[in-house]
Amino acid sequence: MSENNNSKGLLGWIDARFPLTKMYEEHLGKYYAPKNFNFWYFFGSLALLVLVLQIVTGIFLTMHYKPDGDMAFKSVEHIMRDVDWGWLIRYLHSTGASAFFIVVYLHMFRALIYGSYQKPRELIWLFGMFIFLALMAEAFMGYLLPWGQMSYWGAQVIISLFGAVPIVGDDLTLWIRGDFVVSDATLNRFFALHVVAVPIVLLMLVVMHIIALHEVGSNNPDGIDIKKTKDANGVPLDGIAFHPYYSVKDLVGVVVFLILFSVVVFFMPEMGGYFLEHANFVPANQFKTPEHIAPVWYFTPFYAILRAVPDKLMGVIAMFSAIVVLFLLPWIDRGKVRSIRYRSTTFKWLLAMLIVSFLGLGYLGALPSTGIRTLFAQIFSVGYFGFFVGLWFISKNEVTKPVPERVR
Amino acid sequence: MRKILVIVAALIAPTLGWAAGGAAIFPNDKIEIDWDDKAAMQRGARTYVNYCMSCHSAEYSRYNRVGADLGIADDLVRDNLIFTTDIYGEKTKVGELMKNTMKTSYAEEAFGVAPPDLSLIARSRGVDWLYNYLRGFYVDESRTGLGVNNGVFANVGMPHVLAELQGLQIPKYRSEPDGHGGEHDVIVGFEIIKPGSMSKSEYDNTIHDLVAFLDYVAEPYKQTRRNVGTGVIIFLFGFLILAYMLKKEYWKDVH
Repeated sequence: MSENNNSKGLLGWIDARFPLTKMYEEHLGKYYAPKNFNFWYFFGSLALLVLVLQIVTGIFLTMHYKPDGDMAFKSVEHIMRDVDWGWLIRYLHSTGASAFFIVVYLHMFRALIYGSYQKPRELIWLFGMFIFLALMAEAFMGYLLPWGQMSYWGAQVIISLFGAVPIVGDDLTLWIRGDFVVSDATLNRFFALHVVAVPIVLLMLVVMHIIALHEVGSNNPDGIDIKKTKDANGVPLDGIAFHPYYSVKDLVGVVVFLILFSVVVFFMPEMGGYFLEHANFVPANQFKTPEHIAPVWYFTPFYAILRAVPDKLMGVIAMFSAIVVLFLLPWIDRGKVRSIRYRSTTFKWLLAMLIVSFLGLGYLGALPSTGIRTLFAQIFSVGYFGFFVGLWFISKNEVTKPVPERVR
Repeated sequence: MRKILVIVAALIAPTLGWAAGGAAIFPNDKIEIDWDDKAAMQRGARTYVNYCMSCHSAEYSRYNRVGADLGIADDLVRDNLIFTTDIYGEKTKVGELMKNTMKTSYAEEAFGVAPPDLSLIARSRGVDWLYNYLRGFYVDESRTGLGVNNGVFANVGMPHVLAELQGLQIPKYRSEPDGHGGEHDVIVGFEIIKPGSMSKSEYDNTIHDLVAFLDYVAEPYKQTRRNVGTGVIIFLFGFLILAYMLKKEYWKDVH
């Protein structure tokens, strides 16, 4: 690490007062990342991109949106029709919400297949999980704001889940809504939380996630610790500076992402009713329940687990457990080998089961439940939790392939 | 990976059939809307203000925006599309929102339910549904006061306001198994018993144009969206080539 004595002029003046060069070197110029990052490693920087996109478009939406039970729906249509480029800002934000989840789910899947949550990266994983949690809260509260039928009834259903908590349940739902039904009071507080409180928490967590990552260094598709083999200057032999190598590589990922993102924003912003649900083009009406209340696609796997359990309280517990169990992953996996490349066939089968179960649950959660679907949801729920139980058992004495010393 | 895909496909396949089903509706046709066909939308706008708007507002839309987008000059909009007055009793201004003067309380008394605003109906119901619904009214004497029912939206509270154009029709039924061992009647066709001022194909075209207008009014910037999007994506592909060349150049020295 260089001290400020190298820099001169304005930069030197700043460096004597603020660690600008030091921070640049720690996080970009001399942050050595493994040289073998593959496709799965694009999604971290893409998540950051989408976060910035959501904040910027969100600021502009806030300038025209009215958090008021009588005006919210109208103000969204005002943005869509009367505000210059309002439709673009709104579609960027609504598509951005779904894109955020796609990117984050793929980012989490990367951690899963390459063991990026294992020692010494447990805290990175935990901060990441808290980001995921904050993101779900952010998306849920943001979805109420357009004040359409699905906004309203979706919020009604999810908030009523807290009513399943013994003893304090009813008081809890009342406290969350600020009223006996979802109303103007709920809309106002969700707006405050969506635009101020949760974004602050989210930004703070993202900073902690990145600081923790840069403290221990990035994992890689081989799951090898590149800091074990360094050259005379202390630079890992298999490491390359994040900037310029990964900044230019991520730029390619960013442009490919933006192309796909633009296809949705400009040509299919409703995404067949999955990104913007058809029923949400009808203003909220507390006297008229829609025929079928479906959460947005990114919540459907968890919603399906909820419905798979016949008892309401047990269902709520199962749904929250599905998220809690992810927090525990670094301690559930007792294996020493990180990457799927060197793990056992049993691990691969368990992972396949998880993928099938998660996708299956996501599909079922979007549909009205019937007998046969509930049965499938129950099977997939067992499959989902089965991954974690199975992993705990097999990882202790897992037969793995030998891990090479250097990355391939 | 291939094994995983096969398992995924095998498990998902039987669930696909579930998406189908649901109550049978008649008519059940599909339409194509040509976003460039401004003339169709203009004709639809005329039908809308003459037959729909006294009950159904389009209150997120402005008259002059419709005029600008569909290529109708402001004075023509004023003469041909505006038939309402403002709160001072003067003719509604061309920059106003497309509201009407029917009070919700009156509407509920008259129809049982207030006629919905139609600004976004094409997005909540879809254009096919609208096209079928507006062609699906049939004579049903059991419905007091209305005298009609609908093959798409059973027991709807809306009267057949376009009867003078379409005429009146009665359904032709066929018995079909209901899936529980019994049989039930489903509508398989209509027969005109009292002709209107239009032939069947003229009426279908009128409804097509009306739905084209409703589709436009639900998302007036749709055309702009598509045009801007094409430019953005072409730009991004150019950018992609440069970004990829930049990456290749830098990564030459990574082995």
